[in-house]
Amino acid sequence: MVWNAFSLALREIRRNVMRSFLTILGIVIGVAAVIIMVTIGGGATVQVTQQIASLGSNLLIITPGKRVLGPVQSGAAPFRIADAEAIGREIASIVAVAPASSRSMTAIVGNENWSTRVTGSENEYLKAGNWSIKAGRQFSASELRAGAAVCIIGATVRGKLFGSQEPVGSKIRLQSLACEVIGLLEAKGQSMMGTDQDDFVLIPLRTFQRRIAGNQDVGVIQVSVEGGVSTDRVGRDIGRLMRERRHLSATEEDDFTVMDLKEITKMFTGTTQVLTALLSAVAAVSLLVGGIGIMNIMLVSVTERTREIGIRLAIGALERDVLLQFLVEAMVLSSLGGLLGIALAIGASLWLADVLRVPFVFNATIVAVAFLFSAAVGVVFGFFPAQKAARLDPIEALRHE
Amino acid sequence: MNESVSDLAGIQPLIELRGVTKVYGTGGAAMHALRGIDLSIDEGEFVAVMGPSGSGKSTCMNILGCLDTPTAGTYRFKGVQVGKLTGRQRALLRRHYLGFVFQGYNLLNRTSALENVELPLIYRRVPASRRHEQARQALEVVGLKGWEDHTQGELSGGQQQRVAIARAIVTRPAVLFADEPTGNLDTARSREIMELLTALNRGQGITVVMVTHEAEMAAYAKRIVRFLDGRVETDGVQKEAA
Repeated sequence: MVWNAFSLALREIRRNVMRSFLTILGIVIGVAAVIIMVTIGGGATVQVTQQIASLGSNLLIITPGKRVLGPVQSGAAPFRIADAEAIGREIASIVAVAPASSRSMTAIVGNENWSTRVTGSENEYLKAGNWSIKAGRQFSASELRAGAAVCIIGATVRGKLFGSQEPVGSKIRLQSLACEVIGLLEAKGQSMMGTDQDDFVLIPLRTFQRRIAGNQDVGVIQVSVEGGVSTDRVGRDIGRLMRERRHLSATEEDDFTVMDLKEITKMFTGTTQVLTALLSAVAAVSLLVGGIGIMNIMLVSVTERTREIGIRLAIGALERDVLLQFLVEAMVLSSLGGLLGIALAIGASLWLADVLRVPFVFNATIVAVAFLFSAAVGVVFGFFPAQKAARLDPIEALRHE
Repeated sequence: MNESVSDLAGIQPLIELRGVTKVYGTGGAAMHALRGIDLSIDEGEFVAVMGPSGSGKSTCMNILGCLDTPTAGTYRFKGVQVGKLTGRQRALLRRHYLGFVFQGYNLLNRTSALENVELPLIYRRVPASRRHEQARQALEVVGLKGWEDHTQGELSGGQQQRVAIARAIVTRPAVLFADEPTGNLDTARSREIMELLTALNRGQGITVVMVTHEAEMAAYAKRIVRFLDGRVETDGVQKEAA
């Protein structure tokens, strides 16, 4: 009986292709919108998490100056290499400590020039930032100690300055400093702020201080904490050590900032999730509107087919049979809308993921939920019209023209 | 009053109306469609119901067909008081014992002849293979072998009515109700339909109750009941039609 009602429903839909399509459009859009929101939102969350991981999980970034929602306050004393050495010496559960300074500069190779970021640091910088060497090698101890004119370049710099040529062994000119490329890094892609992480040249910190900055300053200290250890606790330990080294009294505020990337990750994913939930709720409303559309067209259909219903009732259909027929029809309609919506959503999500450069994360649960919900919309909004059909008086219905 | 044979033999008639009235509306606007009908029909009869429009014959047919219930009086079908049944029970009664043929054929459009005939079997939960078989047989009985796949639009009026008859008899009903079955057909087609109904009545023993206002068609019936102003005016067995 259900099977029969099912095939009747399909036949009825095939007879009114255009009308059926317009009827289910609301459901199609609603289902598609919900799935797209959740898929892209999920992709964004995954992307942020991946980027944080690529930055180095459990990374603490210590900068001079108090950061209060905005740019670094000026006036605070910069760090020294000794600060980084002290952290490495006195703080427990640390994998790597990398003091670093950066500056924007133009790098030149032959006729090619490229404006990039030059960072002076040590091999620890690669460890803290989860960088791996693709070709060549890291700095040697003597190069670091002597401040040699050598550099390791990111994938973007290589692409801009060397094209497809082999960079290792060539020379790059950074203002007056001509340094030899000794290593090439694996590409990491965009950061969560949208900046290109691979666009930098790494040179030994001493080289940077002597040949470029002309001072002993350290702009930032990156600390990588052991896995499984609370970055929060290590951050507080570092804070205490820095206050001590910078001779701050109990009443003075910190004149430096310890940033915990885990906190930032949480903030980002939290925002994404709230946004996703909000947009999905809006999309769900369109599912509801779609349901009303189905109810409307089912009522029209019942009126149009009054005579047919009369015939069916006269030749042996029970109220229940007619109810089932129209209920199944509404459900098939809305489920069809659900299926189309899913197809549309997957297509649109793939395209959007590509355009927005977020990973496509197929969420089977939301697809299943959206489909079941669309079917349920059919049952709920199909019930009233179906009941109306089932309760028709066969005599009246047969007389209906 | 006509005493039927079964009454004398103490056998219950198939259909028995006693003092049936039907009133539509209430108070001053009340319309008395039936004003006390007594009618018995035995199994195997072929009854023609005649009368001018507004005489109550259609109302009476609706009540006999269990589509409607009397305002007062009793209607017994196979001894069961139909007035006391629920809507669902009446629908089941229609499903198991009654077949309907209408003036306007009332086939489902864009649906093949075979599917139309199968329809009552679907509601009786007859499995598909048996359903096809029975529907084919019924179409063969009404002389439409080979027309199974034609839809309403591809069939003539006479053929459509044959499909409707096949649909009514495919369930082997106790009674076949025909409401002006020849009303939309020319004389030649009408005669064919009447011959078919007569054959079904005689060959398969199906009780036929037919409303008509054409005397020629009524002449095929063994018994003619005439309605006038909501009452049975005459009720008589006529000579065997030649």
